[in-house]
This record gives sequence, C-alpha cells and structure tokens, in this order.
Amino acid sequence: MFILGNQIFLFMSETLPKNNIFKVIGASSLGTLIEWYDFYIFGSLAVIIGHQLFPEDAGASALINTLAIFAAGFIVRPFGALVFGRLGDLIGRKYTFLLTLVLMGGSTFLIGLIPSYQSIGYAAPILVLILRLIQGLALGGEYGGAATYVAEHAPKNKRGFFTSWIQTTATLGLFLSLGVIVITKNVLGVDAFADWGWRIPFLLSILLVVVSIYIRMKMHESPMFSKLKAEGNVSKNPLKESFNNKANFKMVLLALFGATMGQGVIWYTGQFYAQSFLENTCKLDFNDSRYILLWGIAFATPFFVIFGAWSDRIGRKWIMLSGMLLGIIFYRPIYQIFLDDTDTAKMNLTEAKYGTVHKREQIDGTQDSLYTAITHVVLKSGASFNKVQMDTISVKSGIHPAKEIIKDKILPTPIFWKFVGLIFFQILLVTMVYGPIAAFLVELFPTKIRYTSMSLPYHIGNGVFGGLVPFVATLIASFSGSTPLSGLWYPIGIATLSFIIGTIYLSNKRDETIND
Amino acid sequence: MNFLKKFLGLVWMVLGPLTMGFLLIQAFDKVGFAHSDIERTNTILQWGIILFIFFPISIGLMIFGYYAWKGEYDQLADHSSD
Repeated sequence: MFILGNQIFLFMSETLPKNNIFKVIGASSLGTLIEWYDFYIFGSLAVIIGHQLFPEDAGASALINTLAIFAAGFIVRPFGALVFGRLGDLIGRKYTFLLTLVLMGGSTFLIGLIPSYQSIGYAAPILVLILRLIQGLALGGEYGGAATYVAEHAPKNKRGFFTSWIQTTATLGLFLSLGVIVITKNVLGVDAFADWGWRIPFLLSILLVVVSIYIRMKMHESPMFSKLKAEGNVSKNPLKESFNNKANFKMVLLALFGATMGQGVIWYTGQFYAQSFLENTCKLDFNDSRYILLWGIAFATPFFVIFGAWSDRIGRKWIMLSGMLLGIIFYRPIYQIFLDDTDTAKMNLTEAKYGTVHKREQIDGTQDSLYTAITHVVLKSGASFNKVQMDTISVKSGIHPAKEIIKDKILPTPIFWKFVGLIFFQILLVTMVYGPIAAFLVELFPTKIRYTSMSLPYHIGNGVFGGLVPFVATLIASFSGSTPLSGLWYPIGIATLSFIIGTIYLSNKRDETIND
Repeated sequence: MNFLKKFLGLVWMVLGPLTMGFLLIQAFDKVGFAHSDIERTNTILQWGIILFIFFPISIGLMIFGYYAWKGEYDQLADHSSD
C-alpha cells in the first residue's frame, strides 16, 4: 500500500483475495485468446477466402495475398507493437488493450460479411487486405498489454505462474480456430462450407469479443501504472525512452536476439510448420493432420502453466534455453520419422484392397480431354491413401501421362498416436520457451516504458522470425541439392544463434520488484 | 566470460552485414528467376518487405555486437528500473 496526497493505493497482489487475481487473469486471457483465434482463422481459411473474395486472375490474387500475409505479419505487427505500446505507456494498459480487442473483433466480424468478388469486384480483396492489416496492428498491441497487465497484478514470486495463463492463449486460440473450422465443416459439409459456411467462424468472433469487452470493462487499471500516473511519472515519450536510451535499448536488443528470436522459430515450427509438413510434404489427409495437431495441443497446453510456475523457482533463462536446445537436437530426427512412416514405398502393398474411379472431362475450348483415375488403396495395417493419375488425351498427339500423385494418406492407429506423441513433444518445447517469456520480458523493463519496450522484441521475434518459417523453409527447399528436411535448417540455425546469445549474455536472476 | 562476450561481439558485428549481403543476393536471384511481369512484381514486393524489415534487424545485431564488444553486457542491471 502507498499513500499519495489524500489517495490510498493498494497493490492488488498484496491485498486482494485470490479470486480477484484470477478475475484479472481470466479477463486478460480470454481477450487475448479471442485475438489469437481471430488472427488464425484467417490463415486457416486463406485458400477458401482466396476462392470467394479474390479475382481468379492468378497474378492479382498473388499480389494481394502477398500483401495480406507479408505486410500483416511482418510489418504491421511490430508497428502495432510500437503504436499501442506507446499508447499503453501513455494512457494505461486497460484502455489500450480494450481498443485492440475492439479493432481485432470488429475487423474479423467484417471479414465474414464481405460480399464475394463476383458481387463487388476488386472492392472485396481490398477490403480483406485493409481488415487483415487492422488485425495485424491490433495483435501487435494486444499481447504486451495483457502480459504487462497481469504481471503488474502478480505477487513477485508468482509472476511466471500468473503470466503463463496469458501464454496458453496463443496455442488455445489456434486450437479453438482449428476446432471451430473442423466442426463447422463437418456439420455443413464440404460444399456448403466452401460456399458460405466459412463465414461462420468469422461471425462467431463478435459474440466472443462482446463478452470479453464486457468483462474487461469491469477491470481496474494496473496498480503500478495507476501509481505512476498519480505520481505524475508517466513517460512523456515512451518510444524515445525505450529506444533512445542506451540502458533500455541494449535490453531490447538482448531480449530479441537472446530470447524472442529463438522462441519465435520454436513456436512456429512446432505448431505451424509441423502441420504444414504433414499435410503438404507427407501428403496426410486434411482432417488427419489437424486431428494430430489438436491432440498434441490438448496434451501439451497445461505445460505452459507448469513451466511458467517452475520459472518462478529456478529462473526463466534455463527453461527457455533448454526448449531451444532440444529443438536444435531433435527436429531433424522427428521430421525424418514423419517422412519414413508416411512413405508408401516402404508399406506392404501386397495386402492392399484397391478401388478405382475413372473420370474423363473435356478441356474447355479444345477437343482434348483430361483423364483422371483415382485409386483408393486400403492396407491391412489400417492405413489408406489415394493414388491419382491424370493424363491429358490430345486429339493430335495422343496420351500425355502425368506423374502419379499419392495423397490423402490416413495413418494406422499406432502410427497416428506416434505422430501425436511427436507433435506433443514439439509443443512441449513451445511451452518451455513460451511459458516463462512474458514474465522474463516484463522483468527486463521499467513500468513507465514496459508496454512499448517488451512488445517490440516480442513481435519481431514471433511475427518476423517465427512468421517467416514457412517462407524461408520453402526458399531453402528451392536450392539445388536440397531435401524435404532442408527447410528445418532455418529454425535450427536461428534457435542455435539465440541459444548461444542467451546462454552467454542473459542473466538467470529474476527482478523481484518490478513495481519501480 | 566477459572476454567471450566481447569477442563474440565482433562476430555479431560481422554477422549483421553478412546477413544483409546474403539477403540482397537472394532477392536479386529470386527476382531474376521470375518469368512473367506479374510474377516479377510479386517477387519484388515479397523481397522488398523482407529487406525492409530485416535491414533494421541486421543493423540491430551490429549494434548489439558493438555494445557487447564495449562491455555493456558485462554486468546486467539487477532491477528493471536500473
């Protein structure tokens, strides 16, 4: 407690009952979870959105897509961190992260209402792009606010535990988005989902946001920020104080290169690259690849809280760095297992049942036709897959056979659960690097510039280094002599660099009194 | 340990420009591979964004290296307000 003039300020963590502290965590986490949900459904439904709202002209679509993916993730997120971080340090945490929630929820809802490209032409993709950029901006401002708000309410020996609830929201947001998409698709059927059902996950967001705004409106401002404000010590220029002051700027750089950069690539590899690898490289069935991820997330999520709480006892540094080191060591063996266990050349095809469907379609504007043969193969082990052979039959030059494609693989039960185990392990590493990081970042910076200073390294680490995992992995795979595992060198390389910097430069000491 | 921190500072200072050079070469390479005009514009846009965001990060790595070399990280503050 402290007294200033005729006002009495209480540190909530010292005086409020436990259930109020959990209200703080609940209100902050729910909003952040919804923000992540909103951000991920766009990514998960990008292909359908492309068909519905983008022109069929491949070139124009590619350009808008590039802007939506690259600009929203890599420029707007860090920019949002600066804009809203500054605002949070000037006017307070509560109103800033209320604003980010309104922006995120509103833009997500509006994406669900945009008429198709056939109805309004180029206005459709332009609106998508604008709303996607607003989503990126809002996400950039949300996380730092929520983490700071919770940390500034937490007792000094439970900061890791309390902020770890915020850390679960990114993974749970992904879980929720995948779950809502899979359920909606299964209930409506593939055609109705592709036609209009894809809008439901977007529209649903508004209900979640309204509830979250209602809860957050009832919360009080962070006690540390209130104290700072009452004393007239609020920063006048948080950006200048964060990045123009050597003592702070050097900690921003250390946080980025020694922690968030490595954490970002571990996060994206475990939760996005893994699923994309299973679906696109191993050619697993759409639902199977998502079910594996959903199980992995469900089993691993509690460990965010476990590692967050553990970091209160032994320090943040070694838990985070151990997660990076295990990723560096085990990524290649794990992905080699994914490849080996889904390789149909290694499966016993003599015990297979076959069923083939033939189809012949005329190619528009020509007399040539496309002949497709889909052979569904079911093995005694329980595995199944489709062999697709597409041949062009030309009136002038005869048959042009194309390479046979194997896709839609469904794994036998033991292999399915083995893959769940391997995904679980990768997400466990995510919980190690991510569980303690909010507390770690909060403790690096003083209250008056905390929102600004911690948001930027977090969003560069996650948005830029993490968000680039699919792009750089594909880039590396385009080099001559590359293999399907070559793309892993990017997360392994970045995690190694971050591990070295973190090991040598970071301190394991926790700042016990962040209430400066 | 402080010697190692300082020595590695030189490594980070060199790594910054090397990263910029590597990215520039990749950008020219990939733009050169593009066949159609629209593909070229798209590749330029992609790599333009990557260079725009990674150049400041690479400069940040050089500054980090410079601070390390000057001994700024030899003794870290015990308190966030220090």
